Amino acid sequence: MTSNPPLLEVEALRTHLDTPAGVLRAVDAVSFAIAPGETLALLGESGCGKSMTALSLMGLTPKTNTRLLDGTVRLGGEDLLSLSEAAMRERRGARIGMVFQEPMSALNPVLTVGQQIGEALATHAGLRGRARRERGLALLEEVGMPDPAARWDAYPHELSGGLKQRVVIAIALAGEPDVLIADEPTTALDVTIQAQILALLGRLQRERGMALLLITHDLAVVNEVADRVAVMYAGHIVELAERETLFAAPRHPYTRKLFASLPGAAQRGRPLAAIPGTVPPLTSDLPACRFADRCEYAWAACRTSAPSWQTDAGARVRCHLYDSNYRGEPLPAAPAVADTTAEEAKGDAEPETLLEARDVAVHFPITQGVFKRTVGHVRAVDGISLDVKRGRTLALVGESGCGKTTLGRALARLIEPTAGTLRFGGDDLAALSGRRLRAARRHLQMIFQDPFSAMNPRMLVGEIIAEGLVAQKIGQNSADRRRIASELLADVGLPAAALDRYPHEFSGGQRQRICIARALALEPDLLICDEPTSALDVSVQAQVLNLLKRLQAERNLAYLFITHDMAVVSYLADDIAVMYLGEIVERGPAAELLSAPKHPYTQALLSAMPRVDNRHRGERIHLAGNLPSPANPPPGCRFHPRCAHVMDRCKRESPQARAFGTDHSARCHLY
Amino acid sequence: MYVLLYTDALIYLLLIAIAVFVVCAARSKPLRVPWLRVFARPVGMVTLVILLAYTAIGVLDSIHYRPTVTNEAGETRVSGEVVSVLDTIAAPLIEHTEYTYSAPFALHSYVQQVVTAADGSKAQVYPRLAHAGTSLNDSGLTRGEDIARRAARGAGWGLAVWLALCVPLIGLIAAHQRLSPATVARDIATDNTPLAWRAALIAMAVLAVVVGVTACLAGEYHVLGTDKVGQDVLYQAIKSTRTGLAIGTLTTLVMLPFALLLGTLAGYFRGWVDDVIQYLYTTLSSIPGVLLIAAAVLMMQVYMENHAEAFGSTTARADLRLLFLCLILGITSWTGLCRLLRAEVRKLSELDYVSAARGLGTSPMRILGRHMLPNVMHIVLIQVVLDFSALVLAEAVLSYIGVGVDPTMNSWGNMINAARLEMARDPIVWWRLGGAFVFMLVLVLAANLFADVVRDAFDPRLRGAEGGRAVKRRAPAEPAGGAR
Repeated sequence: MTSNPPLLEVEALRTHLDTPAGVLRAVDAVSFAIAPGETLALLGESGCGKSMTALSLMGLTPKTNTRLLDGTVRLGGEDLLSLSEAAMRERRGARIGMVFQEPMSALNPVLTVGQQIGEALATHAGLRGRARRERGLALLEEVGMPDPAARWDAYPHELSGGLKQRVVIAIALAGEPDVLIADEPTTALDVTIQAQILALLGRLQRERGMALLLITHDLAVVNEVADRVAVMYAGHIVELAERETLFAAPRHPYTRKLFASLPGAAQRGRPLAAIPGTVPPLTSDLPACRFADRCEYAWAACRTSAPSWQTDAGARVRCHLYDSNYRGEPLPAAPAVADTTAEEAKGDAEPETLLEARDVAVHFPITQGVFKRTVGHVRAVDGISLDVKRGRTLALVGESGCGKTTLGRALARLIEPTAGTLRFGGDDLAALSGRRLRAARRHLQMIFQDPFSAMNPRMLVGEIIAEGLVAQKIGQNSADRRRIASELLADVGLPAAALDRYPHEFSGGQRQRICIARALALEPDLLICDEPTSALDVSVQAQVLNLLKRLQAERNLAYLFITHDMAVVSYLADDIAVMYLGEIVERGPAAELLSAPKHPYTQALLSAMPRVDNRHRGERIHLAGNLPSPANPPPGCRFHPRCAHVMDRCKRESPQARAFGTDHSARCHLY
Repeated sequence: MYVLLYTDALIYLLLIAIAVFVVCAARSKPLRVPWLRVFARPVGMVTLVILLAYTAIGVLDSIHYRPTVTNEAGETRVSGEVVSVLDTIAAPLIEHTEYTYSAPFALHSYVQQVVTAADGSKAQVYPRLAHAGTSLNDSGLTRGEDIARRAARGAGWGLAVWLALCVPLIGLIAAHQRLSPATVARDIATDNTPLAWRAALIAMAVLAVVVGVTACLAGEYHVLGTDKVGQDVLYQAIKSTRTGLAIGTLTTLVMLPFALLLGTLAGYFRGWVDDVIQYLYTTLSSIPGVLLIAAAVLMMQVYMENHAEAFGSTTARADLRLLFLCLILGITSWTGLCRLLRAEVRKLSELDYVSAARGLGTSPMRILGRHMLPNVMHIVLIQVVLDFSALVLAEAVLSYIGVGVDPTMNSWGNMINAARLEMARDPIVWWRLGGAFVFMLVLVLAANLFADVVRDAFDPRLRGAEGGRAVKRRAPAEPAGGAR
């Protein structure tokens, strides 16, 4: 631990909220301390109370339904919770700053960047006029905003997500806070932008000696920036340790499970360790140990007495396993370092090609004026060819805005492709229409990112699953379809009773299972999965990935897996295609592409990916700038404005694909 | 002989549609829960009771027939006049006509008349009314005492009827909740029920007393006075209820198909379909509605005058004009809802479940029916309830400027139109305007408050798992959201 006296001390903080279901104990006796210049990561899955902890520190808990808010929050010796609202308002921003998750909604869309930073400066520093502008520009400079003077009068919508988050950070810094609370500051951002923002937060903290409370669900982000880690589960902290200690050997069974459920290349070919069951509702009477029901090491004592804090080799953990009074059960060893030799035996003969896309393009016209004159095109997808083979997984990787979702939808004919052919079986999907297209759709199904919006809230689960059966006239009558639907539910691991319930009665992971069951109802050959796990928690993601893996083995399904998460890719994919600004820049077998990426963009993407494991880390490549607009792509190689190896030739001519080995190819002038 | 007027048929159709909707809503949970939330609010229950009372008057006034009359010669034949059940109930009010204006509860006319006495001398007096306080001479009571007695008797009758309604109602609730009637009665008394039954019963009691008192007084006095030709104003105000309700609801019936069909088509198909529909409603909504209505109604009027023989009775003629007014109001008022629906469907069609349905090969019409319509129904409902009060007021305004319903038809608009001259004379006649005002105010206020409650209940931000209020005595409610 750092030797400095703690700056922010939180002791037995409790926040209870009134909800229709009863009193929600969102934060239940949380204690931690942060020293100046230290970064504490508060790690937990959604609903564990980590954001409510941050709001409680700021005194921003919802006024109308806060039942109880007690404990002590001492900031430099002053108890914040006992302050009046007026006194607290002076501390907010000036002593504690906050950065929110969603930069789009944290900024007011009708005020310029300058006005919003200026407002914070006027409130906290009392600056006016010229002095205010100068200080504001200096702040923008400090948060790494390119060309601050030009951005001063820009509106938030003119900035990209990463730049907006920089503005939010600049506003938080305006009051020169001693403590900065960052609530999932990079969750809404792309990997390369996330790396920029994390580096920025780290630099600012070093330069200013601030204490940083980083709230996140992402173990990899924790590994990038944190000094110490507090793991939260069901409203309280279960483990508190130095980062190195925690990542070397997690103590609490929950933390261990979190690590084990992370996908990665090391886990290929075997199921991920998913945590069984669900988090107990915080409105109910919690068991003695809140994790006992899901813990594989739990014994009688875990269900009768609440575990107290134990210290084990520098880590503090709330678990009976480390309590000498209870010891007697054999303590399992920390999980062994995964052996990377396990490689799947999928090397059968060349499988048949299911979907053959050639030169697919999707251009959206940009129209202007009353008569909708077309003034240009957004080239979301610009001439892409790819093959998906039976029983294999092709991962389509890229940042948001690169056109990967558009491509996925165009392949499923949910968006009309502007050009190209989609050969599926004997048909060209792109040329079909009306009844024949509807009939052809059964071979190719889609799974969406957000399981909450992917189901009609007013339909029963049984009706949702049977929808495709009705549309394709499968099954003789409704009883027959119901039987098929209940078999599908059993296949994705849900009870048949779910048929007569509504989607909102299920959790995110369960909903995604229902969506998978709906897609499987038509017995498709190809599933297009559009970020199917990015809205889910890590442990739930593991369940869904395991399910997809099993279904592929059982039904010989082909997957087109669209994602930005390289960890999932390295776990699941057989082949990878990397997309940048509407084009595929590199493609190849997963093992080859991940170990020896050729294209500079792939290299940057892989190096920007935060990792849990520090051993294999090479040199970091930081990509400068943002994704250019697909309405006006740069001439020549589309990546050249951000490329470290840019040559004159790159600015003029578009590179052709060069082959490396049998299936591996990249479009770059370097080779 | 039973007579079916056009608007009657439509009103029956509407009642059947509402009945079907109630049955559907009771079965489907996403519809039932917000409605239970409506009835859990005392305001929702009270306004519902008032609206039901108005509906009852409207329905009674929508069952028409030609009575058989016996002439002096003793032969019976079917009358040429069409009357409703309400007319039969309120027969004393129709028959008790005076010579001219009289104030509420007055015994004497409001206008002086020259009366020639037996001795031939002429005197200007306020003549005694023919049908007010006729029993005073026999009983020897003063007017005040008589009114008080009758009012007390009316209140008694009202409470008796109320009790007679309460007992089976409590029995029904008890059977539904599987509790003893005594427990249910105690729960209602302490306002500890999932739905706001106490407020409903109090509203019913007040209503029953008001109706009882009015009914007992109306036989002997002109509760709201009489108009220029001596007709009872209370009767006119009650008769106007049907006109107001018909305008408010039938217009909706005309408007809904336009708005639903065009709005969802424009939002879902986009492209040229959207362009055509958008231009249509933009054009329509830029023409002043009153102009369009005035033109259409005046044309209709001319047609009716030229083809007088086509209509069996003046009632049928007035009815057709009412229907026509509903039609033209409906045609001019679908644009607002259409615009809302187009925007909502546009938003919904971006959602993944619509993409999923398309990916499954579902046909566009089925997507509109299964995925779009159920998910925009809350908007339709809120808009319809809000429009209702606006349309009742629109009738009054249109009749006032002379392009509303037939002048022979009782309507609040016509009453207000006539009051224009009455307010200008000296001393002023205020009760016709006052009567129309009170009846209309209660209806529109109830409809507006009800609309507020409905809007709150269907607000997606308040979407909870259960409708109804939490009841303190029983076991804690199930955790919201069910399984996680």
